[in-house]
Amino acid sequence: MTKVLAIADQAIVDPITIVPELCTGCNLCLHVCPVDLFLPNEEKGGPPLVLYPGECWYEGSCVDICPEPGAIRLNRPPAMRVNWKPKTECVSRD
Amino acid sequence: MEWPYPIEWDQTERVDADVLVIGGGASGCFAAMGAASRGARVVLWEKAATMTSGAMGSGCDHWEMAATNPCSRVTPEELTDAMIRGHRGYNNGISHYIEAREGWDRLLDLERFGAKIRDTGDEFVGAEFRDPATKLMFAYDYVNRFTLRVWGTTFKRAMYRGAKILKAQVVDRTMGAGLLTEDGGTGRRVVGAVAINGRTGRFTVCRAKAVVFCMSRPTRLWLFAPGATGISEFRPPQCTGDGHAMAWRVGGQFTMLEKSLRAEWSGLRSFPPYSAGNNHNTWYACTMIDAEGRRIPWLDRDGRELQTVSERYRPAPGQKFFMKGGGEPDSPFYEFQGPETLPWEEALQRGYKLPFFADLTDMPEMERRVIWGMMVGNEGKTRTPVYAEYNQQGFDPSRHVLQSYGDGWRSGQFLPQERQFFGIPGGMVNDWRLMTNLPGLFAAGDVLFASDCVGHAAATGHYAGRHAADFAAAHGEVRVDEVQVASERARLYEPLSRQQGVSWQALSEAITRVMQNYCGAVKSDQLLLEGLRMLGELREHEARRLCARNPHDLLRAQETLNILTNAELVIHSCLARKASSVQLQFQRMDYPAMDPPEWHKFVTVWRDETGVRTGALPIDYWGDLTANYERHNPDYVAEAAK
Repeated sequence: MTKVLAIADQAIVDPITIVPELCTGCNLCLHVCPVDLFLPNEEKGGPPLVLYPGECWYEGSCVDICPEPGAIRLNRPPAMRVNWKPKTECVSRD
Repeated sequence: MEWPYPIEWDQTERVDADVLVIGGGASGCFAAMGAASRGARVVLWEKAATMTSGAMGSGCDHWEMAATNPCSRVTPEELTDAMIRGHRGYNNGISHYIEAREGWDRLLDLERFGAKIRDTGDEFVGAEFRDPATKLMFAYDYVNRFTLRVWGTTFKRAMYRGAKILKAQVVDRTMGAGLLTEDGGTGRRVVGAVAINGRTGRFTVCRAKAVVFCMSRPTRLWLFAPGATGISEFRPPQCTGDGHAMAWRVGGQFTMLEKSLRAEWSGLRSFPPYSAGNNHNTWYACTMIDAEGRRIPWLDRDGRELQTVSERYRPAPGQKFFMKGGGEPDSPFYEFQGPETLPWEEALQRGYKLPFFADLTDMPEMERRVIWGMMVGNEGKTRTPVYAEYNQQGFDPSRHVLQSYGDGWRSGQFLPQERQFFGIPGGMVNDWRLMTNLPGLFAAGDVLFASDCVGHAAATGHYAGRHAADFAAAHGEVRVDEVQVASERARLYEPLSRQQGVSWQALSEAITRVMQNYCGAVKSDQLLLEGLRMLGELREHEARRLCARNPHDLLRAQETLNILTNAELVIHSCLARKASSVQLQFQRMDYPAMDPPEWHKFVTVWRDETGVRTGALPIDYWGDLTANYERHNPDYVAEAAK
């Protein structure tokens, strides 16, 4: 039988950052991800791998369930940085 | 690296159920609970993970049409009438009546399974939108109190818990991929379904006396975001409308799929829903200001300028109730139209300067706290990437303003041919049991025509589950057709037969190109027929070179083939209506007259052995709502009366 390969997605986004020092490899993020974008680490206890970053829906189920604060972070695509500022800067430019 | 899960695509698993539920979102979990409450053996297949999946899996902030909650001042009949007439008849009277009549019961179920539906922490004591006795909190119309503010991030886990407590067998990472019918025929009774597992590739055959479809509406027909495919549409990427394609293949009947709207959210071109400055749903009724800090007036339906924030949550003089703020994606209907800010063009004419901002600093403290806090903190796409992140970056709603993009509350601008199913789109035709034209196949939530929100999904799910269980109990054992099983297996695993070829992403993008070119804002028979021909070309050539190298990609490939089928279904639906319609946002070059009275009906499409068939249903085919509901649900009505 042909070898079955896991082939990483060619995405232009990088939605998930896992901090290996904080991650315990519990794989809860992998269990709840609706698009199944993670794969378990071959090494037991190692952080999951982000194989399909392009499929991320950016709802953050993985962050919500993670028991280790700061171990996983959701990064919005840079194009989605929204403009907000103090209201006091809303002034006439005339 | 090598695939980490066991490969089981040469195995076939056989299971039996009284009721098979396909799709584990809000409607699917409640369908499982409804069927199990009637004693049925229930199997639920979910493509993703039931704990978090579906369009509201990560949360929701409001629940519409809860007409039977103890504070409501409108009846289910009044609300359903508003839904129907508000959409000029093009709505689902049956499913929205069920939503209005039973939605509150489903909220009580959720509370029983651990979800939060009241201000039990007394965070909003004294607020105008809070009822002190029940601690329920309301959105939009504070006088009539039928839309609730809810802590929706607690909902999906409660649904999952409920389905398990009621002993439904919940199976995750399993995509319902094909229906099985009596003798394998088209238009015949449904006797089960087949599925593929997205991690192992395992093939499962379920024999079932009834099947409930609880999947999504079709997505990615016109919109695809290469490189960020997960945010191609408003709904999650695994919500691709598999049910529509599965039912169409075996003769399921559809209506209203000719209706599509100009896109609101897609890919990297728009901001995520409710993440930028707006005044709708989550953010209703936030103040908007212009670049110089001047407040943009809020108007009632008669154009009367409102003086206080409180008035934005009240019906106009002489109006009994309003449904939502005026800026709905569908065209607003005067009788039920709510307050809205001055139209964008008019604001510019009056000299308000761009850019505009949502200004929570201007809102009374309770309103500010409930929007930036409870609502943004519970809406599925804003809890983590907006609420948590902006807070961390220092956003202070009492000090900062958030920019609005597009014209008013939208978060991006799209071309007329960039379309999507939003608002009240088409879907499967249902009867008073929520059964489709295929005996034994029931539908709920987004599979139904004219679906909308979580309350509709939950209420129709439970209702369809109960009726599916009754149907299963009344009908004997079924037999699956092994020839059909074998041909489904061959069809589904075909993309594994090659190591190189067309990726699902490339095919998905090609489909949207055809739909934009031939089924865009303006339609005609000639354009639509060319579109069908081009989809046929994709089917003949690119789809036959589709390549999947592991179970995950196989799932995505099958979703994309379903999208191709759905594109054909939509074009057939457009061809069937030989008239333009304002309400359906359906413009025909070859039939330009808008809404000729003889076309004020539901046009239906389905397939049989001879090809595509079209028909029609009267615009009020459901008859008397109350009488028919009570006739079909005597047990439930008796139970509720106790």
